[in-house]
Amino acid sequence: MKPIKYIDMIRDRYSRLGYPAYKWYRAEGPPALTPLKKPLAESKVGVLCTAGTYVKGQVAYYYKDDTSIRAIPKSTPVSEIRFSHLTEQYLPAARKDPNCVFPIEPLARLEAEGVVGEVADELFSCMGAVYSQRRTREELTPRIVERFEAQNVDLAFLIPL
Amino acid sequence: MGLIARHLEAIGIPTLCMGSALDIMEAANAPRAVFTDYPLGHTTGKPDDPQDQYEITRSGLEAFQTIREPGTIKNLERIWTTGDDWKLKTLDDTKGDERSSRDETPRYQFEEDRVSAEGS
Repeated sequence: MKPIKYIDMIRDRYSRLGYPAYKWYRAEGPPALTPLKKPLAESKVGVLCTAGTYVKGQVAYYYKDDTSIRAIPKSTPVSEIRFSHLTEQYLPAARKDPNCVFPIEPLARLEAEGVVGEVADELFSCMGAVYSQRRTREELTPRIVERFEAQNVDLAFLIPL
Repeated sequence: MGLIARHLEAIGIPTLCMGSALDIMEAANAPRAVFTDYPLGHTTGKPDDPQDQYEITRSGLEAFQTIREPGTIKNLERIWTTGDDWKLKTLDDTKGDERSSRDETPRYQFEEDRVSAEGS
């Protein structure tokens, strides 16, 4: 069976429920491609997960266009990693084993093995279900950029829910 | 995610997007992407399967070095189960709106998290 067409599925489901059509982001034009500055084995890896990851002790995300971010120290025990995201129906696996969408242990292993130079000290997360593209552009993206630039990462590894 | 990736790339930070929704990834046209045909919620692997998580994460990172054309989506060709049951269940058209309600109240995974973050 071919990969699921989520855009069609979601459009059909919500139109049956009487909702107006959701306007999916469609990129205009081809993306830029920045060459790697150095080999992966020498690169500092920045991480952003949009699954709504937080650490016990941090404030959780809310579900109406929350554009805040959380910094999660890479030394955080998996037992203290939590998730809150608008589409909670996709969270059961991550709430059982955070590495399903927030691969903190695989990344530690890849760092120890030298596959990557290093993983930045803090991994970032946000709640990906921000329906406003304007707020994603004007609020969320600048926060991510600022943190990645402060870490001086060589590349950014991005993981949606 | 594609929107953020395109912006980071444009200011000089190479990016790679993982993902399990191929059509959404195609629409977003991220600079580099890696597709795993798993149910949503398992972007970097199956629960309690550290080897699966490791291999997907490693393949994703290694694709930074192999993708040369902007907009490439590399398919890892991994199989969730031998059957298509999970896809039929996902497409089940009797399902209603499964989203949580949208407001500005933080939604903690556990009540103890709320106490820990906000006090009792």
